[in-house]
Amino acid sequence: MPDVVVKTEDVVKEYRMGSNVLRALDGINIEIERGEYISLMGPSGSGKSTLFNMIGALDRPTEGNVYIDGQNMSQLSQRQIAAFRCHRVGYIFQSYNLLHVRTAHGNVTLPMIFAGIPEKQRNEKAEKLLDMVGLGDRMYHLPDELSGGQRQRVAIARALANDPSIILADEPTANLDTVTGREIIDLIKQLNTEHGVTVISATHDLKMLDVSDRIVDIRDGYVERIRHRDEIEIEVGEVGGE
Amino acid sequence: MQQKTPIAEQIDLPFIESLRISFQSLKIRFGRSIITTAGITLGIAFLVSVWTNNEIDLALQESGRSSAIASLDETTEQGISTKDIWLIIMSLIVCVVGIANSMLMAVTERFREIGTMKCLGALDGFVVRLFLLESGFQGFAGALIGALIGALGAIVLGLKNYGLDLFFYFPLLPAHPEDGPMQLGLLLLILLGCVLGMILAVIGSSFPAWRAAKLPPAEAMRTEV
Repeated sequence: MPDVVVKTEDVVKEYRMGSNVLRALDGINIEIERGEYISLMGPSGSGKSTLFNMIGALDRPTEGNVYIDGQNMSQLSQRQIAAFRCHRVGYIFQSYNLLHVRTAHGNVTLPMIFAGIPEKQRNEKAEKLLDMVGLGDRMYHLPDELSGGQRQRVAIARALANDPSIILADEPTANLDTVTGREIIDLIKQLNTEHGVTVISATHDLKMLDVSDRIVDIRDGYVERIRHRDEIEIEVGEVGGE
Repeated sequence: MQQKTPIAEQIDLPFIESLRISFQSLKIRFGRSIITTAGITLGIAFLVSVWTNNEIDLALQESGRSSAIASLDETTEQGISTKDIWLIIMSLIVCVVGIANSMLMAVTERFREIGTMKCLGALDGFVVRLFLLESGFQGFAGALIGALIGALGAIVLGLKNYGLDLFFYFPLLPAHPEDGPMQLGLLLLILLGCVLGMILAVIGSSFPAWRAAKLPPAEAMRTEV
């Protein structure tokens, strides 16, 4: 029996735009196993970010269900959903979404504040995490004083603050140059292999493919196909210009 | 990784933690906070100056010290003229709209921040409380400064019109002379201005903050200003 951590069941998401209804997701069924590295691929507008939001409890599906660890997300209370976002998932976004008023260190401690972790403990943990992502010397800088790659590293450290079992990354490399993007991918992959964190990433970055266990191709709101890593042949080694 | 356990309920944060976060946010965003606060200050300064000016006129007309000016002003022998009522209502509207607008803008540009905080596990109530505290501080500081400026302006104008008589007939505290209408007095006017400014600031920011906090985070983060 595979250990399924995320399961979606006929997930439909519709957006109303005036009198038009846009069907962004049209019945998505996928299962993701614990410890997997999954890439949701597809062109812009294909619905991959919408699916990402559904899995991360950042938005509610119009129809269908999302199960995480066997629990139906639509049946959770507000407080449970907040706790779920706080403890079980770490989010990484294309535009980093750091709080500009807080330093790198302050950003990493915030989820721990929400989790009620004592000050001393959360400061130590934030230092450890920022060290791990290579920002030990820039801990007390504001996001505006950091480069794109450094900001994304802060976001990764923040995502790990409460030891989540799932990392959700929405186009984490889209705003970064090739080399920096590669570094970020390697860092996320390292979390996946060394800490057993399940990684679900929406992307159209081909560099992501060779680290993924499975690739889910999304087209026009439905799953076009699911490929295993050994089914794909891509030479991404050259992309970085190494 | 473990975690097949049921999902727990999110805890409430201690008040001191909210206080700290909101203070820090005001401090780092100092320039922007000042502009928002200035909006409150201006609204309340205008309101309090009009009110105080009106009270001064009333008080001194009652005392019979200003019949010359009163007749120039088309004021009836007793009470407030239509023009004055009009001015007071206008100043109230300008104040309400001005403050609501500046608070609304200040919150709307932070929708993304609200969405992000919710991603990290913030409860809706926590987000609202944060804005409530921030706008409360801003409202109080802005309104106090505004009320003082407004009162000072009205007093300077009063001195020009009535001279030092002003200090004999315009009360500091609420008073009700036997042969005249109720007078609010300077301190009560300032206090009223402060309270009104603070209430308007808190409502003006908590309402949009509450709406943003209710949105699913994905939607809040999509919002572009």
